[in-house]
Amino acid sequence: MSMSSKSTLTVVLMDAPFESARTTTAMRLLDIAARRGYDINVFAYEGAVYLPFARQTQHPNAVHGHDTAEENHPLPKDWVTALIAAAERNGGSIDWANCGLCVDERGADEAVEGVRRGTPADLVDFAARSDNTLVIPTS
Amino acid sequence: MKVLQIINTAYRATIEEQDDTVVWLTHAMTGAGGDFDVLLAGNAVNYTVERQDAAGLSFGDWRQTQPPRLGHDVAGLIGKHVRVYVVDEDVREIGLTAVTQVDGFTRIARAELADLFDHYDQIWRW
Repeated sequence: MSMSSKSTLTVVLMDAPFESARTTTAMRLLDIAARRGYDINVFAYEGAVYLPFARQTQHPNAVHGHDTAEENHPLPKDWVTALIAAAERNGGSIDWANCGLCVDERGADEAVEGVRRGTPADLVDFAARSDNTLVIPTS
Repeated sequence: MKVLQIINTAYRATIEEQDDTVVWLTHAMTGAGGDFDVLLAGNAVNYTVERQDAAGLSFGDWRQTQPPRLGHDVAGLIGKHVRVYVVDEDVREIGLTAVTQVDGFTRIARAELADLFDHYDQIWRW
């Protein structure tokens, strides 16, 4: 595969937000792929279905001496939205599928726009259509 | 496309999920037409032990009625023609040689893993 050819990548995420540096690293990898206009599939499994959870909210941080606006706390749902927009802007796409049963058991059924409910069959399909698949599991 | 699922970490939320989530996912994806095999390594080799019993969990009046049955679930994969490999050194290191294990899995030495990986299009390490 040449550097200029368009790739299709599948990334499987498993970590819940705010608990592991793996999430940030995964998002950075997705960002590179989005900037390159790749077609990206994300299968969010288990706690990762909370990454695009729409009800995440920012908060003040008294330890930092910041109000909510000053703290401007990062929210993974905004990262997901930004990544989807970046992919589209660069001629690519992100098909983000949240494992439906994982959503149900967590009550995480409110996701940002661009995220859909999926099943393990989606992951099979994603992988079959991808140049490669990266699994980033929880530990 | 043939995929080898490597399960290297065992008992991640198996009480809450009442199964291993990657074993479960492999069942589901096999049912969806995927072509998967499994390699159990590290403490996950314990999933081959037949008589694991996680029953009896209770909190107050709440009782768990469907505890995980990991040996059963691994045997179920084998029953679906998923090849289950188990790292032989890990089996011996945690002392499983004297317990009853499920039928049908294949022991493999660490030195043979590279050759095994050559038979797959993708390797997913969980």
